[in-house]
Amino acid sequence: MPTRRSLIVGAGAGALASLMPTLALAAPATERRFVFILLRGGMDGLNTVIPYADPAYAAARRQLAIDVGEGGGHKLDGQFALHPSLARTAALYGQGEAMAVHAVATPYRDRSHFDAQNLLETGGARPHLVRDGWLNRLLALLPDAGTRGVALSPALPLVAQGIVPVTTHAPSALPGASADLIARVGRLYADDALLQPLWAKAVEARGLDGSGAAAGLPVLAKLAAGFLAKADGARVAVIESDGWDTHAQQLIRHGIHLSHLDAALGALEDGLGAAWADTLVIAATEFGRTVAVNGTGGTDHGTASAVLLAGGAVRGGRVVADWPGLAPAALHEGRDLRPTTDLYALLAGALADHLALDREAAGRALFPGASIRPIEGLIRS
Amino acid sequence: MRRAIAVNRFGLGSRPDDRIDDPRRWLLGQFDAFEPRPAPIAALADATTNMARYFDFVAARRQARAMQDAVTAPGVEPEVDAETVHDFVRDHARHIYADQAVARITQSLTAPAPFVERLVHFWANHFAVSIDRFSTLGIAGNLEFEAVRPHVLGRFSDMLLAVERHAAMLMYLDQFRSIGPESAAARRLAELRPEARGRGLNENLAREVLELHTLGVDGGYTQADVQELARALTGWTIVGQRPVGDAPRGSVLFRPLLHEPGERLLLGRRYAATGEAQSRAMLADLALHPATARHLATKLARHFVADDPPKPLVDRLAAAYSGSGGDLPTLYRVLIEAPEAWATPLAKFKSPWDWSISALRGVGLRSADRRAVRMVAEVGQPVWRPGSPAGWGDTAATWAGSDALMRRVEAAQQLAALIPVADARALAPLLFGGSVSPSTAAAIAGAESPAQATALLLVAPEFQRR
Repeated sequence: MPTRRSLIVGAGAGALASLMPTLALAAPATERRFVFILLRGGMDGLNTVIPYADPAYAAARRQLAIDVGEGGGHKLDGQFALHPSLARTAALYGQGEAMAVHAVATPYRDRSHFDAQNLLETGGARPHLVRDGWLNRLLALLPDAGTRGVALSPALPLVAQGIVPVTTHAPSALPGASADLIARVGRLYADDALLQPLWAKAVEARGLDGSGAAAGLPVLAKLAAGFLAKADGARVAVIESDGWDTHAQQLIRHGIHLSHLDAALGALEDGLGAAWADTLVIAATEFGRTVAVNGTGGTDHGTASAVLLAGGAVRGGRVVADWPGLAPAALHEGRDLRPTTDLYALLAGALADHLALDREAAGRALFPGASIRPIEGLIRS
Repeated sequence: MRRAIAVNRFGLGSRPDDRIDDPRRWLLGQFDAFEPRPAPIAALADATTNMARYFDFVAARRQARAMQDAVTAPGVEPEVDAETVHDFVRDHARHIYADQAVARITQSLTAPAPFVERLVHFWANHFAVSIDRFSTLGIAGNLEFEAVRPHVLGRFSDMLLAVERHAAMLMYLDQFRSIGPESAAARRLAELRPEARGRGLNENLAREVLELHTLGVDGGYTQADVQELARALTGWTIVGQRPVGDAPRGSVLFRPLLHEPGERLLLGRRYAATGEAQSRAMLADLALHPATARHLATKLARHFVADDPPKPLVDRLAAAYSGSGGDLPTLYRVLIEAPEAWATPLAKFKSPWDWSISALRGVGLRSADRRAVRMVAEVGQPVWRPGSPAGWGDTAATWAGSDALMRRVEAAQQLAALIPVADARALAPLLFGGSVSPSTAAAIAGAESPAQATALLLVAPEFQRR
């Protein structure tokens, strides 16, 4: 049976949670790992977690509709299927270690990538209101925050910017700098408030890296797993992926990107080994895409999309959706999948439960100004 | 110090052979010295030629495979398969791209007007196309060379029109495929291929014109305005596999057949059904809109002064823009005369492009090859590949990452190994404008070799900023 209206987000549950005594902020260093995969460009949720049983799906998607009958997708339940490129994800789903939440959006209701990504990264109520990223504020809630974050990017994405130092790391084809030069540069930057901390992080990260391979989502995921698997390594990683803005020729481009995402989840499971059991991976995007196909075999900027969760910590094997339907009258502004789940509530609930933080306090710290009720039950208890 | 600011903040960095007496006059004089079509760029093929190569390649491939054209209406291009695109990229487009990027770097090393070259790069980033869409790979440079350079010292409205109807922009934001749903072509297509019904409008370019190129995201437009502009823009396309009269293959053309008929309403203003002239009139009005003035003023002030640009300067720039009808040199003069632009210490962290070009200039290089293109990419800012139509970010937060810093050190080591400066101690005050910090001077003086001294010079704190 499809999991309809299965979210426990009632006022009673929230009130109960806030009365519970909590030791969250005094907890010892965590073994829990969190990986955030930031899908830039507006991932099409409807062809990722396909609502194949919705009678309006095939009609609206026309040539982009994926027929899940003939091995064209991985059926998850009576209502949803994963895109055919997501074979590894489907296997994780079968193991109870992956799930999807559908019809999800941040509070943003316009259609600018740049404002929408600003919200997805800052966690603010409106674009450009909050200057640091929610992932950085999450690090500040964890014990021993300074050593725990890594961004698999040459420069720090906004979601990880803030007062807690975060290491950045990305594969490079340049020959490594000599140890002598590295030491001399360290002395050169000793008095520079901007460069000194960056340099300390860079030197530390180079020590962990053995790769010179080409970039790409699976490679970045493998590197992230290397940082996270170490006993004294990072606990939170962010990986960026772009190219999801499929205005034209979506069938091919979206499929290629999904196969990379699928391989990245596999690389995380393989690379984390035993630590996979303590891991939560969330892949989310700034907005979804129009329900209807546009004039050029693609889709335009929309509103709600799907979010994938994976890892041994996830209470998986389910699709969670308060499904609004794809009939024309059900759509947001007559064109987009209507959001029924708040991405902020999803992130706050999953992260609080995963990292043993107080739900309400985590919600306020990560998503200030947005009135949210963190979603319960996404993490294995 | 004013000399250091002129060459580093306004220009592209010092060269060992620079001769600058009066920094302000040096900047103003560049409006006469600028070359819109210098030799390295004039030697390259134009967009029409490069697009024609693509369509010739597609045609030859179809012939070789005896492929049947899909049935389409006049004016509607058949789709090209992914393998053909891939092969064209491998055999042709990536070489065209590399040659264009080499020309851009060579020009940046020796140009007589480096301030205006910086402005060219600024506007090319404002109107960004990105080569991660393969269709843009062989013509991204042409957009900068043909639509930005000729207008960098002209009016913004002329640059805007030249950019939006350039083949690279039409390809990148899918405009060349957009068809008016009620156009003659759409109606004919629906008759021929009922399954193709709905092939039509693409709002990608229209949205980015409003959000990124003119008004800015808070510029007060609605989804209805996006759609109206998208309808008006239909008709602009590229002559592809099907010949159109005697228009050369690969050229940009307005085709009334594809244009959505009718009057349009944009930002509360009516535009009569004048065909090609309709979207021209809209773009001309958008260029002079007060929100556009503010958007452009903010971006320019951020680029030249500070990540958080001072409001009084933004106000003066916006007023100068509106007062001059969008005359760009008027804006540039406001910047040159602005006390904020001459403030110390240097407030802007160099982008990877800025850093690479200033390093290559600093060691005295006069012409680039493909190694320079790789270097710029390795330090984090591959030429014409910002990954999104918003272009590269322009703040320290975008670029000051720990890994990015390590790459600069690695690239400096590699460059210094190839071109060690004979006496980095003497070069430092020239590159930094006289003020070398004691720690930098000590690091350079204590280096174990000329190459190491050169590398340390190129990564010194003073050299990371402009």
